[in-house]
Amino acid sequence: MTRVGIIGIGHGVFGRRSDATVQELAFEVFRQAVEDAGIERKDIDASVIGSVPEYHKQRSLAGVIQEYLGLYPKPTWLTEVACASGSAALRTAWMAIKAGVHDIVLVMGCQKMTELSTPEILALMGRVGEVQWESGFGTTFPAYYAMFAKRHMHEFGTTREHLLDVAVKNHYYGARNPNALFQKEITVEKAMASEDVATPFQVYDCCANADGAACVIVANEEKAKAISDKPIWLDGMACATASMSVLRRPHLVGLPSAEEAGKAAYEMAGIGPDDVKVADVHDCFTIAEIMAYEDLGFCKKGEGGPFVADRQTYVGGKVAVNVDGGLKAKGHPIGATGLSMTYEIAKQLRGEAGERQVPDADIGLTHNVGGIGQYCFVQVMKRD
Amino acid sequence: MFKWFGKVNYTPYTKVNDFAQYLKDGRLMGTRCKKCQATSFPPRADCEECMSDEFEFIEMSGKAQLHTFTKIVAAPTGFEDVAPYIVGVVDLAEAGRAVAWFGETIDEDEIEIGMDLQIVPQIFDELEDIKVYYSFEKPGTTWVKTDSS
Repeated sequence: MTRVGIIGIGHGVFGRRSDATVQELAFEVFRQAVEDAGIERKDIDASVIGSVPEYHKQRSLAGVIQEYLGLYPKPTWLTEVACASGSAALRTAWMAIKAGVHDIVLVMGCQKMTELSTPEILALMGRVGEVQWESGFGTTFPAYYAMFAKRHMHEFGTTREHLLDVAVKNHYYGARNPNALFQKEITVEKAMASEDVATPFQVYDCCANADGAACVIVANEEKAKAISDKPIWLDGMACATASMSVLRRPHLVGLPSAEEAGKAAYEMAGIGPDDVKVADVHDCFTIAEIMAYEDLGFCKKGEGGPFVADRQTYVGGKVAVNVDGGLKAKGHPIGATGLSMTYEIAKQLRGEAGERQVPDADIGLTHNVGGIGQYCFVQVMKRD
Repeated sequence: MFKWFGKVNYTPYTKVNDFAQYLKDGRLMGTRCKKCQATSFPPRADCEECMSDEFEFIEMSGKAQLHTFTKIVAAPTGFEDVAPYIVGVVDLAEAGRAVAWFGETIDEDEIEIGMDLQIVPQIFDELEDIKVYYSFEKPGTTWVKTDSS
Protein backbone atom coordinates (compact mmCIF):
# COMPACT_ATOMS: atom_id res chain seq x y z
CA MET A 1 0.00 0.00 0.00
CA THR A 2 1.22 3.51 -0.81
CA ARG A 3 3.01 5.70 1.72
CA VAL A 4 1.45 9.11 2.25
CA GLY A 5 3.70 12.15 2.10
CA ILE A 6 3.30 15.80 3.06
CA ILE A 7 4.17 17.98 0.06
CA GLY A 8 3.01 21.42 1.18
CA ILE A 9 2.49 23.21 4.49
CA GLY A 10 1.01 26.51 5.69
CA HIS A 11 0.60 28.20 9.10
CA GLY A 12 -0.99 31.51 10.04
CA VAL A 13 -0.52 33.89 12.95
CA PHE A 14 -2.54 32.65 15.95
CA GLY A 15 -4.31 35.11 18.22
CA ARG A 16 -7.26 37.47 18.26
CA ARG A 17 -7.74 37.81 14.52
CA SER A 18 -10.34 40.56 14.36
CA ASP A 19 -9.01 41.32 10.87
CA ALA A 20 -10.36 38.21 9.16
CA THR A 21 -13.22 35.70 8.77
CA VAL A 22 -12.53 32.02 9.24
CA GLN A 23 -12.40 31.43 5.47
CA GLU A 24 -9.95 34.32 5.10
CA LEU A 25 -7.73 32.75 7.76
CA ALA A 26 -7.95 29.49 5.81
CA PHE A 27 -6.98 31.21 2.56
CA GLU A 28 -3.79 32.66 4.10
CA VAL A 29 -2.42 29.23 4.91
CA PHE A 30 -3.80 27.60 1.78
CA ARG A 31 -1.85 30.08 -0.38
CA GLN A 32 1.34 29.24 1.56
CA ALA A 33 0.83 25.50 1.19
CA VAL A 34 0.08 25.60 -2.53
CA GLU A 35 3.18 27.75 -3.14
CA ASP A 36 5.24 25.51 -0.87
CA ALA A 37 4.13 22.40 -2.79
CA GLY A 38 4.55 24.09 -6.15
CA ILE A 39 1.22 22.80 -7.44
CA GLU A 40 -1.93 24.40 -8.77
CA ARG A 41 -5.37 24.34 -7.17
CA LYS A 42 -6.71 22.04 -9.91
CA ASP A 43 -4.20 19.36 -8.81
CA ILE A 44 -6.04 18.94 -5.50
CA ASP A 45 -8.57 16.10 -5.60
CA ALA A 46 -10.43 16.75 -2.35
CA SER A 47 -10.27 18.73 0.88
CA VAL A 48 -10.93 17.74 4.48
CA ILE A 49 -11.69 20.46 7.02
CA GLY A 50 -10.98 20.04 10.74
CA SER A 51 -12.99 22.46 12.86
CA VAL A 52 -15.42 22.52 15.79
CA PRO A 53 -18.79 23.84 14.60
CA GLU A 54 -20.21 25.38 17.78
CA TYR A 55 -17.78 28.32 17.71
CA HIS A 56 -18.88 29.60 14.29
CA LYS A 57 -22.04 31.42 13.27
CA GLN A 58 -21.62 29.91 9.78
CA ARG A 59 -23.15 26.46 9.83
CA SER A 60 -21.62 23.62 7.79
CA LEU A 61 -18.22 25.23 7.52
CA ALA A 62 -16.67 22.91 4.91
CA GLY A 63 -18.87 24.39 2.17
CA VAL A 64 -17.86 27.98 2.76
CA ILE A 65 -14.16 27.09 3.03
CA GLN A 66 -14.32 25.08 -0.20
CA GLU A 67 -15.98 28.02 -1.95
CA TYR A 68 -13.55 30.66 -0.70
CA LEU A 69 -10.50 28.54 -1.59
CA GLY A 70 -11.99 28.00 -5.06
CA LEU A 71 -11.82 24.22 -4.84
CA TYR A 72 -15.35 23.38 -6.02
CA PRO A 73 -16.56 21.07 -7.55
CA LYS A 74 -14.08 18.77 -5.79
CA PRO A 75 -15.34 16.85 -2.72
CA THR A 76 -15.02 18.24 0.78
CA TRP A 77 -16.13 17.20 4.27
CA LEU A 78 -15.72 18.24 7.90
CA THR A 79 -14.30 16.20 10.76
CA GLU A 80 -15.05 16.90 14.42
CA VAL A 81 -13.52 15.35 17.52
CA ALA A 82 -13.19 18.47 19.70
CA CYS A 83 -9.59 19.73 20.02
CA ALA A 84 -8.30 16.87 17.83
CA SER A 85 -10.46 17.77 14.81
CA GLY A 86 -7.42 18.78 12.73
CA SER A 87 -5.68 15.45 13.25
CA ALA A 88 -8.92 13.63 12.45
CA ALA A 89 -9.04 15.54 9.15
CA LEU A 90 -5.50 14.41 8.35
CA ARG A 91 -6.34 10.83 9.29
CA THR A 92 -9.31 10.75 6.90
CA ALA A 93 -7.19 12.24 4.10
CA TRP A 94 -4.51 9.61 4.78
CA MET A 95 -7.18 6.90 4.66
CA ALA A 96 -8.56 8.21 1.35
CA ILE A 97 -5.10 8.19 -0.21
CA LYS A 98 -4.23 4.76 1.22
CA ALA A 99 -7.47 3.44 -0.23
CA GLY A 100 -6.61 4.85 -3.65
CA VAL A 101 -9.71 7.06 -3.72
CA HIS A 102 -7.77 10.33 -3.99
CA ASP A 103 -4.15 11.16 -4.96
CA ILE A 104 -3.68 14.68 -3.55
CA VAL A 105 -5.73 16.06 -0.64
CA LEU A 106 -5.77 19.41 1.17
CA VAL A 107 -6.16 19.11 4.95
CA MET A 108 -7.26 22.36 6.55
CA GLY A 109 -7.60 23.12 10.24
CA CYS A 110 -9.23 26.43 11.07
CA GLN A 111 -11.11 28.02 13.94
CA LYS A 112 -12.35 31.41 15.05
CA MET A 113 -12.98 31.35 18.79
CA THR A 114 -12.88 35.01 19.77
CA GLU A 115 -16.13 36.08 18.10
CA LEU A 116 -18.27 34.45 20.78
CA SER A 117 -19.53 36.70 23.57
CA THR A 118 -18.36 36.03 27.12
CA PRO A 119 -21.78 34.55 28.12
CA GLU A 120 -21.62 32.23 25.10
CA ILE A 121 -18.12 31.10 26.08
CA LEU A 122 -19.14 30.58 29.72
CA ALA A 123 -22.13 28.51 28.62
CA LEU A 124 -19.93 26.33 26.38
CA MET A 125 -17.44 25.99 29.25
CA GLY A 126 -20.16 24.35 31.34
CA ARG A 127 -20.72 21.54 28.82
CA VAL A 128 -17.15 20.26 28.42
CA GLY A 129 -17.63 17.19 30.58
CA GLU A 130 -20.22 14.44 30.46
CA VAL A 131 -23.40 16.49 30.82
CA GLN A 132 -25.73 13.95 32.48
CA TRP A 133 -23.76 13.19 35.65
CA GLU A 134 -20.94 15.74 35.83
CA SER A 135 -21.81 19.14 34.32
CA GLY A 136 -24.65 19.65 36.82
CA PHE A 137 -21.92 20.24 39.42
CA GLY A 138 -20.30 23.04 37.42
CA THR A 139 -17.26 21.15 36.17
CA THR A 140 -15.04 22.96 33.65
CA PHE A 141 -12.27 22.05 31.23
CA PRO A 142 -9.46 23.33 33.50
CA ALA A 143 -11.14 21.60 36.46
CA TYR A 144 -10.78 18.13 34.92
CA TYR A 145 -7.09 18.59 34.15
CA ALA A 146 -6.63 20.18 37.58
CA MET A 147 -8.01 16.99 39.12
CA PHE A 148 -5.58 14.93 37.01
CA ALA A 149 -2.80 17.21 38.33
CA LYS A 150 -3.85 16.81 41.97
CA ARG A 151 -3.90 13.04 41.64
CA HIS A 152 -0.56 13.00 39.80
CA MET A 153 0.98 15.12 42.56
CA HIS A 154 -0.49 12.76 45.16
CA GLU A 155 0.72 9.52 43.53
CA PHE A 156 4.11 10.60 42.18
CA GLY A 157 5.19 13.68 44.12
CA THR A 158 4.94 15.95 41.10
CA THR A 159 5.31 19.54 42.31
CA ARG A 160 3.80 22.93 41.51
CA GLU A 161 7.21 23.94 40.11
CA HIS A 162 7.28 20.91 37.80
CA LEU A 163 3.97 22.02 36.30
CA LEU A 164 5.20 25.55 35.78
CA ASP A 165 8.50 24.34 34.29
CA VAL A 166 6.34 23.25 31.33
CA ALA A 167 4.86 26.73 30.98
CA VAL A 168 8.28 28.38 31.27
CA LYS A 169 9.75 26.10 28.57
CA ASN A 170 6.86 26.61 26.18
CA HIS A 171 6.90 30.38 26.59
CA TYR A 172 10.68 30.33 26.01
CA TYR A 173 10.09 28.76 22.60
CA GLY A 174 6.91 30.75 21.92
CA ALA A 175 9.05 33.88 22.23
CA ARG A 176 10.97 32.57 19.21
CA ASN A 177 7.93 31.66 17.08
CA PRO A 178 6.48 34.55 15.02
CA ASN A 179 3.15 32.68 14.66
CA ALA A 180 2.61 32.38 18.44
CA LEU A 181 -0.04 34.29 20.39
CA PHE A 182 2.34 34.88 23.34
CA GLN A 183 5.87 35.73 22.24
CA LYS A 184 7.17 36.49 25.72
CA GLU A 185 9.24 34.48 28.15
CA ILE A 186 7.90 34.00 31.67
CA THR A 187 9.33 32.87 35.01
CA VAL A 188 7.98 30.45 37.61
CA GLU A 189 7.62 33.42 40.00
CA LYS A 190 5.52 35.38 37.51
CA ALA A 191 3.32 32.35 36.82
CA MET A 192 2.78 31.78 40.55
CA ALA A 193 1.57 35.36 40.91
CA SER A 194 -1.20 34.90 38.35
CA GLU A 195 -4.87 34.38 39.24
CA ASP A 196 -6.33 31.03 40.29
CA VAL A 197 -8.43 29.19 37.70
CA ALA A 198 -8.99 25.75 39.28
CA THR A 199 -6.50 24.70 41.93
CA PRO A 200 -3.63 23.98 41.51
CA PHE A 201 -3.92 25.78 38.17
CA GLN A 202 -3.38 29.48 37.73
CA VAL A 203 -3.64 31.44 34.49
CA TYR A 204 -0.20 30.35 33.27
CA ASP A 205 -1.08 26.66 33.54
CA CYS A 206 -3.78 27.07 30.89
CA CYS A 207 -3.64 27.57 27.14
CA ALA A 208 -5.69 30.39 25.63
CA ASN A 209 -8.50 30.39 23.09
CA ALA A 210 -7.34 31.82 19.77
CA ASP A 211 -8.24 32.26 16.13
CA GLY A 212 -6.05 30.59 13.56
CA ALA A 213 -5.49 28.21 10.69
CA ALA A 214 -2.88 25.69 9.58
CA CYS A 215 -2.91 23.23 6.70
CA VAL A 216 -0.97 20.55 4.89
CA ILE A 217 -1.26 19.04 1.42
CA VAL A 218 -0.73 15.29 1.30
CA ALA A 219 -0.17 12.97 -1.66
CA ASN A 220 0.38 9.33 -2.47
CA GLU A 221 3.98 8.06 -2.68
CA GLU A 222 4.31 8.37 -6.43
CA LYS A 223 2.99 11.92 -6.64
CA ALA A 224 4.80 13.03 -3.47
CA LYS A 225 8.15 11.91 -4.90
CA ALA A 226 7.39 13.53 -8.27
CA ILE A 227 6.22 16.85 -6.78
CA SER A 228 8.40 17.32 -3.71
CA ASP A 229 12.16 17.04 -3.16
CA LYS A 230 11.60 16.88 0.60
CA PRO A 231 8.41 14.93 1.32
CA ILE A 232 7.69 14.15 4.97
CA TRP A 233 6.16 10.71 5.40
CA LEU A 234 3.19 9.89 7.61
CA ASP A 235 4.41 6.43 8.65
CA GLY A 236 2.58 5.85 11.92
CA MET A 237 -1.01 7.07 12.10
CA ALA A 238 -2.95 5.97 15.15
CA CYS A 239 -6.06 7.03 16.97
CA ALA A 240 -7.68 5.75 20.15
CA THR A 241 -10.47 6.68 22.52
CA ALA A 242 -11.27 6.60 26.23
CA SER A 243 -14.50 7.12 28.14
CA MET A 244 -16.11 10.55 27.93
CA SER A 245 -16.74 10.45 31.65
CA VAL A 246 -13.87 10.58 34.13
CA LEU A 247 -16.05 8.34 36.27
CA ARG A 248 -15.33 5.40 33.93
CA ARG A 249 -11.56 5.84 33.46
CA PRO A 250 -9.18 3.15 34.77
CA HIS A 251 -7.00 5.89 36.33
CA LEU A 252 -6.77 9.69 36.43
CA VAL A 253 -3.00 10.15 36.13
CA GLY A 254 -2.70 9.88 32.35
CA LEU A 255 -4.81 9.48 29.24
CA PRO A 256 -5.52 5.83 28.31
CA SER A 257 -6.32 6.98 24.75
CA ALA A 258 -2.82 8.44 24.44
CA GLU A 259 -1.16 5.27 25.78
CA GLU A 260 -3.07 3.19 23.21
CA ALA A 261 -2.53 5.54 20.27
CA GLY A 262 1.16 5.94 21.09
CA LYS A 263 1.80 2.18 21.10
CA ALA A 264 -0.11 1.70 17.85
CA ALA A 265 1.69 4.56 16.09
CA TYR A 266 5.13 3.27 17.13
CA GLU A 267 4.25 -0.22 15.95
CA MET A 268 2.97 0.98 12.57
CA ALA A 269 6.09 3.11 12.03
CA GLY A 270 8.43 0.38 13.29
CA ILE A 271 10.06 2.63 15.88
CA GLY A 272 10.07 3.15 19.64
CA PRO A 273 9.86 6.24 21.84
CA ASP A 274 13.66 6.53 22.06
CA ASP A 275 13.81 7.10 18.29
CA VAL A 276 11.74 10.30 18.46
CA LYS A 277 13.91 13.43 18.25
CA VAL A 278 11.20 16.06 18.28
CA ALA A 279 7.53 16.04 19.30
CA ASP A 280 4.57 18.37 19.52
CA VAL A 281 2.23 17.25 22.30
CA HIS A 282 -1.15 18.52 23.46
CA ASP A 283 -0.28 20.83 26.36
CA CYS A 284 -3.73 22.38 26.86
CA PHE A 285 -2.74 22.52 30.53
CA THR A 286 0.69 22.09 32.11
CA ILE A 287 -0.09 18.64 33.55
CA ALA A 288 -1.18 17.49 30.09
CA GLU A 289 2.38 17.79 28.77
CA ILE A 290 3.80 15.90 31.75
CA MET A 291 1.25 13.11 31.27
CA ALA A 292 2.05 13.07 27.52
CA TYR A 293 5.77 12.38 28.21
CA GLU A 294 4.70 9.39 30.26
CA ASP A 295 1.85 8.14 28.06
CA LEU A 296 4.15 8.24 25.00
CA GLY A 297 7.03 6.50 26.80
CA PHE A 298 9.51 9.39 26.68
CA CYS A 299 10.00 8.75 30.40
CA LYS A 300 8.59 6.32 32.97
CA LYS A 301 5.15 6.79 34.52
CA GLY A 302 5.35 9.36 37.28
CA GLU A 303 8.71 10.80 36.19
CA GLY A 304 7.37 13.50 33.86
CA GLY A 305 7.90 16.28 36.40
CA PRO A 306 11.63 15.68 36.98
CA PHE A 307 11.98 15.01 33.23
CA VAL A 308 11.03 18.59 32.33
CA ALA A 309 12.83 20.03 35.37
CA ASP A 310 16.04 18.36 34.07
CA ARG A 311 15.50 20.14 30.73
CA GLN A 312 15.19 16.80 28.91
CA THR A 313 12.48 18.27 26.65
CA TYR A 314 14.41 21.38 25.57
CA VAL A 315 16.43 21.34 22.33
CA GLY A 316 19.54 19.37 23.30
CA GLY A 317 17.66 17.15 25.77
CA LYS A 318 16.49 13.56 25.27
CA VAL A 319 13.52 14.61 23.11
CA ALA A 320 12.62 18.20 22.19
CA VAL A 321 8.94 18.77 23.01
CA ASN A 322 6.81 21.73 21.95
CA VAL A 323 9.77 23.78 20.81
CA ASP A 324 7.29 25.87 18.82
CA GLY A 325 5.69 27.09 22.07
CA GLY A 326 2.99 24.42 22.27
CA LEU A 327 -0.66 25.23 22.78
CA LYS A 328 0.45 27.14 25.87
CA ALA A 329 2.28 29.91 24.01
CA LYS A 330 0.96 29.53 20.46
CA GLY A 331 -2.68 29.67 21.53
CA HIS A 332 -5.21 26.94 20.85
CA PRO A 333 -7.58 27.50 17.91
CA ILE A 334 -9.03 24.06 18.47
CA GLY A 335 -9.65 22.94 14.88
CA ALA A 336 -6.25 24.22 13.73
CA THR A 337 -4.10 22.85 16.55
CA GLY A 338 -3.54 19.34 15.17
CA LEU A 339 -2.34 20.68 11.84
CA SER A 340 -0.22 23.31 13.57
CA MET A 341 1.58 20.38 15.21
CA THR A 342 1.96 18.56 11.88
CA TYR A 343 3.28 21.77 10.27
CA GLU A 344 5.88 22.31 13.00
CA ILE A 345 7.17 18.75 12.94
CA ALA A 346 7.38 18.87 9.12
CA LYS A 347 9.45 22.08 9.43
CA GLN A 348 11.75 20.37 11.92
CA LEU A 349 12.21 17.27 9.76
CA ARG A 350 12.93 19.46 6.73
CA GLY A 351 15.56 21.35 8.78
CA GLU A 352 13.73 24.67 8.36
CA ALA A 353 12.99 25.51 12.01
CA GLY A 354 15.63 28.24 12.32
CA GLU A 355 16.84 28.99 15.83
CA ARG A 356 14.43 26.37 17.20
CA GLN A 357 15.87 23.61 14.98
CA VAL A 358 16.53 20.27 16.66
CA PRO A 359 19.85 18.89 15.32
CA ASP A 360 19.56 15.74 13.16
CA ALA A 361 15.78 15.59 13.48
CA ASP A 362 14.83 12.61 11.32
CA ILE A 363 11.84 11.20 13.22
CA GLY A 364 9.13 13.34 14.79
CA LEU A 365 5.79 12.81 16.48
CA THR A 366 2.54 14.66 17.11
CA HIS A 367 0.07 13.94 19.94
CA ASN A 368 -3.27 15.71 19.58
CA VAL A 369 -5.92 15.17 22.26
CA GLY A 370 -9.65 15.80 21.95
CA GLY A 371 -11.57 16.95 25.02
CA ILE A 372 -10.16 15.56 28.24
CA GLY A 373 -8.69 12.52 26.51
CA GLN A 374 -11.82 11.07 24.91
CA TYR A 375 -9.84 11.04 21.67
CA CYS A 376 -6.11 10.93 20.97
CA PHE A 377 -4.32 10.97 17.63
CA VAL A 378 -0.61 10.13 17.48
CA GLN A 379 1.37 10.53 14.25
CA VAL A 380 4.93 9.38 13.59
CA MET A 381 6.55 11.40 10.80
CA LYS A 382 9.82 10.66 8.98
CA ARG A 383 12.02 12.33 6.40
CA ASP A 384 13.86 10.44 3.67
CA MET B 1 -38.17 13.61 36.53
CA PHE B 2 -34.50 13.72 35.70
CA LYS B 3 -34.75 17.46 35.09
CA TRP B 4 -34.63 17.78 38.90
CA PHE B 5 -31.02 16.55 38.99
CA GLY B 6 -28.23 19.13 39.08
CA LYS B 7 -28.06 22.87 39.69
CA VAL B 8 -28.14 23.17 35.92
CA ASN B 9 -29.68 20.20 34.11
CA TYR B 10 -28.76 19.48 30.49
CA THR B 11 -30.50 16.08 30.12
CA PRO B 12 -34.15 16.19 31.25
CA TYR B 13 -35.08 12.82 29.71
CA THR B 14 -33.35 9.48 30.28
CA LYS B 15 -34.22 5.83 30.79
CA VAL B 16 -32.93 6.17 34.35
CA ASN B 17 -35.36 9.04 35.18
CA ASP B 18 -36.35 7.49 38.52
CA PHE B 19 -32.87 8.20 39.90
CA ALA B 20 -33.90 11.79 40.63
CA GLN B 21 -37.16 10.76 42.34
CA TYR B 22 -35.24 8.35 44.61
CA LEU B 23 -32.68 11.05 45.35
CA LYS B 24 -35.46 13.48 46.32
CA ASP B 25 -36.63 10.81 48.78
CA GLY B 26 -33.16 10.54 50.27
CA ARG B 27 -31.96 7.42 48.49
CA LEU B 28 -28.82 7.17 46.36
CA MET B 29 -29.37 4.57 43.67
CA GLY B 30 -27.16 2.74 41.24
CA THR B 31 -28.28 0.19 38.67
CA ARG B 32 -27.78 -3.57 38.42
CA CYS B 33 -28.10 -5.62 35.26
CA LYS B 34 -30.78 -8.29 35.70
CA LYS B 35 -28.89 -10.65 33.38
CA CYS B 36 -25.24 -10.49 34.50
CA GLN B 37 -25.58 -8.60 37.82
CA ALA B 38 -23.04 -5.94 36.81
CA THR B 39 -23.45 -2.90 39.07
CA SER B 40 -23.15 0.62 37.75
CA PHE B 41 -22.78 4.05 39.26
CA PRO B 42 -23.70 6.45 37.77
CA PRO B 43 -26.77 4.44 36.72
CA ARG B 44 -27.10 3.18 33.16
CA ALA B 45 -30.06 1.57 31.41
CA ASP B 46 -27.99 -0.59 29.07
CA CYS B 47 -25.45 -2.98 30.54
CA GLU B 48 -21.85 -2.09 29.74
CA GLU B 49 -20.80 -5.72 30.25
CA CYS B 50 -23.42 -7.89 28.52
CA MET B 51 -25.48 -5.32 26.55
CA SER B 52 -28.76 -6.31 28.23
CA ASP B 53 -31.40 -3.58 28.57
CA GLU B 54 -33.00 -5.13 31.66
CA PHE B 55 -31.90 -3.28 34.76
CA GLU B 56 -33.07 -2.56 38.29
CA PHE B 57 -32.23 0.19 40.73
CA ILE B 58 -30.24 -0.80 43.80
CA GLU B 59 -29.49 1.41 46.78
CA MET B 60 -25.84 2.37 47.23
CA SER B 61 -24.31 2.75 50.70
CA GLY B 62 -22.89 6.14 49.77
CA LYS B 63 -19.58 5.18 51.40
CA ALA B 64 -16.74 6.57 49.34
CA GLN B 65 -13.09 7.63 49.27
CA LEU B 66 -11.78 10.86 47.77
CA HIS B 67 -9.84 10.20 44.55
CA THR B 68 -9.06 13.79 43.55
CA PHE B 69 -10.49 17.33 43.77
CA THR B 70 -10.14 20.95 42.69
CA LYS B 71 -11.42 24.36 43.76
CA ILE B 72 -13.05 26.00 40.75
CA VAL B 73 -12.65 29.77 40.69
CA ALA B 74 -13.58 30.49 37.04
CA ALA B 75 -17.19 29.23 36.91
CA PRO B 76 -19.42 28.54 33.90
CA THR B 77 -22.96 29.85 33.28
CA GLY B 78 -25.34 28.95 36.11
CA PHE B 79 -22.61 28.56 38.74
CA GLU B 80 -21.34 32.14 39.11
CA ASP B 81 -23.36 32.61 42.32
CA VAL B 82 -21.71 29.67 44.11
CA ALA B 83 -18.10 30.22 42.94
CA PRO B 84 -15.54 29.45 44.15
CA TYR B 85 -16.65 25.88 44.83
CA ILE B 86 -14.78 22.60 45.39
CA VAL B 87 -15.53 19.62 43.17
CA GLY B 88 -14.23 16.14 43.87
CA VAL B 89 -14.22 12.67 42.33
CA VAL B 90 -14.80 9.76 44.72
CA ASP B 91 -14.52 5.99 44.42
CA LEU B 92 -17.70 4.37 45.74
CA ALA B 93 -17.36 1.40 48.12
CA GLU B 94 -19.50 -0.90 45.94
CA ALA B 95 -18.64 0.19 42.40
CA GLY B 96 -18.15 3.25 40.24
CA ARG B 97 -17.31 6.85 40.92
CA ALA B 98 -19.15 10.12 41.44
CA VAL B 99 -18.46 13.81 40.89
CA ALA B 100 -19.95 16.19 43.47
CA TRP B 101 -19.44 19.16 45.77
CA PHE B 102 -18.26 19.09 49.35
CA GLY B 103 -21.03 19.85 51.83
CA GLU B 104 -21.15 21.85 55.04
CA THR B 105 -19.81 19.10 57.31
CA ILE B 106 -16.32 19.38 55.80
CA ASP B 107 -13.94 22.33 56.10
CA GLU B 108 -11.82 23.20 53.10
CA ASP B 109 -8.54 22.67 54.95
CA GLU B 110 -9.57 19.13 55.98
CA ILE B 111 -9.88 17.92 52.40
CA GLU B 112 -7.25 15.40 51.34
CA ILE B 113 -7.02 12.65 48.75
CA GLY B 114 -7.82 9.26 50.26
CA MET B 115 -10.16 10.60 52.98
CA ASP B 116 -13.37 8.67 53.73
CA LEU B 117 -16.58 10.42 52.75
CA GLN B 118 -20.32 9.82 52.75
CA ILE B 119 -22.41 10.75 49.69
CA VAL B 120 -25.59 12.38 50.98
CA PRO B 121 -28.70 13.31 48.91
CA GLN B 122 -29.46 17.04 49.01
CA ILE B 123 -32.08 19.50 47.82
CA PHE B 124 -31.56 23.16 47.01
CA ASP B 125 -33.86 24.84 49.54
CA GLU B 126 -33.32 28.28 48.13
CA LEU B 127 -34.57 27.46 44.63
CA GLU B 128 -38.22 27.62 43.59
CA ASP B 129 -38.03 24.64 41.22
CA ILE B 130 -37.16 21.22 42.57
CA LYS B 131 -33.39 20.78 42.25
CA VAL B 132 -31.69 17.76 43.78
CA TYR B 133 -28.05 16.76 43.97
CA TYR B 134 -25.71 14.95 46.33
CA SER B 135 -22.75 16.14 48.33
CA PHE B 136 -19.69 14.70 50.04
CA GLU B 137 -19.99 14.76 53.82
CA LYS B 138 -18.26 13.37 56.90
CA PRO B 139 -18.74 9.59 57.34
CA GLY B 140 -21.87 8.96 59.41
CA THR B 141 -23.75 11.99 58.07
CA THR B 142 -27.32 11.03 57.16
CA TRP B 143 -30.00 12.47 54.94
CA VAL B 144 -32.34 14.90 56.69
CA LYS B 145 -35.90 15.28 55.47
CA THR B 146 -36.71 18.95 54.89
CA ASP B 147 -39.93 20.83 54.12
CA SER B 148 -39.09 20.91 50.46
CA SER B 149 -38.31 17.20 50.30
